[in-house]
Amino acid sequence: MSSAIRSSIRFLLNDQTVELSGFAPDLTVLDWLRIERRLTGTKEGCAEGDCGACTVLVGRMIDGMLTYESVNACIRFVGSLDATHVVTIEYLNRPDGELAPVQQAMVDLHGSQCGFCTPGIVASLQALWLSDPEPGVKDVERALQGNLCRCTGYEPIVRAALAASKIEPDEDNDRLVRAREETARKLIELADGARVEIDHPEGKTFIPASADDLAEIYEANPKATLVAGSTDVGLWVTKGMRAIAPVIFVGHLTDLQTIEETEEGLKIGAGVSYSMARGAILSQVPQLAELWDRLGGEQVRNMGTIGGNIANGSPIGDTPPPLIALGATLTLRKGSARRTLPLEDFFIAYGKQDRAGGEFVESVTVPAVPEDAHFAVYKISKRRDEDISALCAAFLIELDSDSHVATARIAFGGMAGTPKRATHVEECLIGARWGWTAVQAAQAELENDYSPLTDWRASADYRMRVAQNLLTRFFLETSGAPARLDTSEPLMMEAGE
Amino acid sequence: MNKSFKPDVNAETVDGGAHVARPHDSAIKHVTGKAIYIDDMAEPAGTLHAYLGLSTRAHARITSMDLARVRAAPGVKLVLTGGDVPGINDISPAGLNDEPVLAEGEVKFYGQPVFCVVAETRHLARKAAQLAQIEYEDLPYATDVVAAIEAGHDHVCTPLTLKRGDVDAGLARAPNRLKGEMRVGGQDHFYLEGHISMAIPGEDDEVTVWASTQHPSEIQHMVGHALGVPSHSVNVQVRRMGGGFGGKETQGNQFAALAAIAAKKLNVPVKIRPDRDDDMSITGKRHDFHIDYDVGYDDDGRILAFDGTFAARCGFSADLSGPVTDRALFHADNCYYYEDVRLASRPMMTNTVSNTAFRGFGGPQGLIGAERVIEEIAYKLGRDPLDIRKINFYGGEGRNLTPYHQTVEDNIIGRIVEELEESSDYQARRKAIVAFNENSPVIRKGIALTPVKFGISFTATWYNQAGALVHVYRDGSLHLNHGGTEMGQGLNTKVAQALAEEFQVDFAMIKITATNTGKVPNTSATAASSGTDLNAMAAVNAARQIKERLVDFASEKYSVPKETIVFEPNRVRVGNQVFSFAEFIDQAYMARVQLSAAGFYKTPKIHWDRATGKGRPFYYYAYGAAVSEVSVDTLTGEYQVDRADILHDVGKSLNPAIDKGQVEGAFIQGMGWLTTEELWWDDKGMLRTHAPSTYKIPLASDRPRIFNVKLADWSENREMTIRRSKAVGEPPFMLPVSVLEAISMAVASIGDYRTCPCLDAPATPERVLMAVERLKAGA
Repeated sequence: MSSAIRSSIRFLLNDQTVELSGFAPDLTVLDWLRIERRLTGTKEGCAEGDCGACTVLVGRMIDGMLTYESVNACIRFVGSLDATHVVTIEYLNRPDGELAPVQQAMVDLHGSQCGFCTPGIVASLQALWLSDPEPGVKDVERALQGNLCRCTGYEPIVRAALAASKIEPDEDNDRLVRAREETARKLIELADGARVEIDHPEGKTFIPASADDLAEIYEANPKATLVAGSTDVGLWVTKGMRAIAPVIFVGHLTDLQTIEETEEGLKIGAGVSYSMARGAILSQVPQLAELWDRLGGEQVRNMGTIGGNIANGSPIGDTPPPLIALGATLTLRKGSARRTLPLEDFFIAYGKQDRAGGEFVESVTVPAVPEDAHFAVYKISKRRDEDISALCAAFLIELDSDSHVATARIAFGGMAGTPKRATHVEECLIGARWGWTAVQAAQAELENDYSPLTDWRASADYRMRVAQNLLTRFFLETSGAPARLDTSEPLMMEAGE
Repeated sequence: MNKSFKPDVNAETVDGGAHVARPHDSAIKHVTGKAIYIDDMAEPAGTLHAYLGLSTRAHARITSMDLARVRAAPGVKLVLTGGDVPGINDISPAGLNDEPVLAEGEVKFYGQPVFCVVAETRHLARKAAQLAQIEYEDLPYATDVVAAIEAGHDHVCTPLTLKRGDVDAGLARAPNRLKGEMRVGGQDHFYLEGHISMAIPGEDDEVTVWASTQHPSEIQHMVGHALGVPSHSVNVQVRRMGGGFGGKETQGNQFAALAAIAAKKLNVPVKIRPDRDDDMSITGKRHDFHIDYDVGYDDDGRILAFDGTFAARCGFSADLSGPVTDRALFHADNCYYYEDVRLASRPMMTNTVSNTAFRGFGGPQGLIGAERVIEEIAYKLGRDPLDIRKINFYGGEGRNLTPYHQTVEDNIIGRIVEELEESSDYQARRKAIVAFNENSPVIRKGIALTPVKFGISFTATWYNQAGALVHVYRDGSLHLNHGGTEMGQGLNTKVAQALAEEFQVDFAMIKITATNTGKVPNTSATAASSGTDLNAMAAVNAARQIKERLVDFASEKYSVPKETIVFEPNRVRVGNQVFSFAEFIDQAYMARVQLSAAGFYKTPKIHWDRATGKGRPFYYYAYGAAVSEVSVDTLTGEYQVDRADILHDVGKSLNPAIDKGQVEGAFIQGMGWLTTEELWWDDKGMLRTHAPSTYKIPLASDRPRIFNVKLADWSENREMTIRRSKAVGEPPFMLPVSVLEAISMAVASIGDYRTCPCLDAPATPERVLMAVERLKAGA
């Protein structure tokens, strides 16, 4: 359908419309803002999407609604901005130039010390303020998972977020609210359905018009790098200094962002971000709630996609273990040809997936948890939030009427070169009476399934010991015994002032 | 202050004077993104960008270094190696000539800078730096402190021993004795703004350097040293840092020196800013320690003899390791009196980046040794560690002399602990926790109350001096400059508050200006928590000089006695007349009164003789205590802090909001040090936790679920400090030792509290689980 081809991208930056052409495929939003636009309020702290000093808001149309999300400008590429509204700290004050409620609360409650993380924190809190009228402490903490502050210890920042939430966003205190309709109209106008191709000496940037257009471009350019949320590819550039051209951006493709209920389960388009999927997936699989909120930080969840988490084939990706345990299937597309395979079969070996040149992940289908099945997911990391798993475990068992294990699907991440099922454990459990004896026998089988590595996240010993203990936790929880830390809403405000 | 600002000349008090919880002076700029850090400054035309090439060996001879491809890379203008340093290729802050700007011939740690490339953009410089072809011949190396001891490595500087009494006799005499060891990990500063310098060449041998540094004078001296020019040719400026924590006390030298060398060679401005991963690999951290102790105690838990050795991973050079390991010994007593004591430091050379200052400066590592001993005694005797603490506190006849022979004169730890024990409901909660643990197979809880006593003053006595420069302009506005640097701690705010109070003018009348070696010379590092103590006193001294001249002038002009001239809020009373401050100043100007003064301060009473290990290194002590409660998952080692209560002493606070912010921030940072922040070197000697993706500092969600922080508002410094306040930067960093000990108690519940789990730090979930497993195996 490549009838119209544009050679520039167009987006809104604060109160301006920007048209850009001839940029490098790996030009980051942060470098562009700071170096070319001299918008230096947005900072570089780590250049890998882990500290949040670079946080800006990006507004886009999601299901017809203009939605602003916090994102990491440091690992996001300019090529992904077509038909979006980029909002930097310089534009977050009130229309009359005074401090916005979030900013004022940060000043009044002493939420900044050195100030370097502050613009990013304000941006993250502004996104929360715009989207959640009554955040609790945990909501604030979740919104700040992707923001590091080394000075304050966060207490005054959390208080500031709660204080600001007492004031509703309106046309007088927020520019984005004031211009909402006009901005939405402009964004719809900018999304003209054309393919964009940008030429640059370092290589070409493609921005397909649709999934079909993507299929066509990718088939013709099978060596191209697909970039959805850039939460992984971004680091190839900022840390690995790898050349990634030609690049095909896919994060904007709404036809890869659909979530459908099908007979086989919830069919999630590969371009659906963690944030977009949250509601649908947690209503189908509520056991994923804790894991979902511990995937990266909020900015990463706003950018990163489930398709990307699978397609990059990481042995420590957090969604594959539960999806494998649930029996999810993957649909791949090349040109107009599609094929569907069990997710576990996609991961062949470390760094190797069952994906041909020019073939891309189109969707993943997640079956519901069978009625009466026990299902749990456990992520273990050095730091609770915004950390990469040392290991991640997913357990699904069904018991027959006699409390014997009828089916068992158990998968781990971080224990091998790929996310992988614990087949020996499963075999050992099936048919056994669900009790201590079976659990202990199964624990021993883990050593036949995995030989984990030692690295900076955990030793091989720890990984194995915890993998075994998580089976204990799972057993205890299926019998109703408490076996996890109480992570309910903290009481800070009660005992605070 | 904008032009329309009119101070209230009828006010009862000034706005923003001393003891007021006003916001940080840059708060509005912070939240709007308008605060300018060095990388935000408009670059002069033609600015080039430098990047570093790093070694990939822990210890090796460089057999060949081929930089042809680097030189030929796009945009490259200059490549520097050690031989290109025009002055001395050394930036050793210890003056030991053990730290090259760029390594020549031999590399001593993985990540040591060996060359520097200057190109049109940072991106091009960084890419070019990857193209070097360097060949090495490996030499033996040891990265770990124990491995370094075993390998017979040298000390990087002279060790210290503190002695009082006869420790061998004391140990032999004691009814009970325990020996143990503890490993304490290091810590990366993780200032959010990484290191950066921009050098702008001037005429003759002049250069101006903007650096993110806590120690502009040292940058000045090191740049001069490396360029081979006198200090007067180098001007260093710093408006603010995006965090320092000690990591910018000496570690900026390298970047500043290289920027200046390149700028002078090319006669263009040069900026250098390493990527976060490189910053974390190239710059020093908190010292890891290995602590050995041999302790004698009586049946009540009273410590009779304490023999401790504190070995530190210092890295390849001395840097500040001497004073850091000294300070560890100065705090190995914490709040406790030891009858017979011997404390020895072992500053070990290791093939790692040279470790440096970090909030607490060795003090935390010393203190944690003392607390571990208390904990061990408590478990041996089956007592609450708090009881053991109390019985060992300084105080009472003949029990006030420290191992360095300074008498503790201002001890308030008893009152602090008593009040905190009460307000936190410690005893009841401890009972409840013990009961909870009996019925909870998986989740176990722990609680601990730990105290802090921290000595205030640089132990290098000459550092305890400061200068300030104050101008009063004809319109009554003030220009404030001092030798301290702003890194977020609110130093400028507090100094300006002290100045506002002294002159009785509103805070808004004062402009705080960038620290500048051309305005205040020979400054000390903004470190050792001393920033406000020193610089506010110097600023007040400057103000008093000006006020004295003003009083003389007014007394003569209006023929009134000097006592009748009073500085009131935004006005001056001269006998029966009252003038607005601005009016009065203008009169003084017309009468040719000098309205500018250089202030100076040096801390009184202190002296220290390192050779004899005796003296009064500290002007006073700051105190505090914390109670932490935690839950531990004994299946995984995961934990969370359920509650923390803090009572901390800042004397009579100059700004309670800023001081409370320091206490809260220090607690969380210290908690990170003891829990999730782990430095991990691989077997090649490469640090693998060199970015936030792998090095985990606390998040908002790691805060204690209940966090009660109070300043001891009854406290006043008994010494004549600035408005009787106390230093606050470092002391609260040690409060979260209570978190480590609470985790330890939760683990100890597995063995019915009979065995001290002896958790090393950081107590990552892995270390906690392994301790749980050890206790299970022993049970």
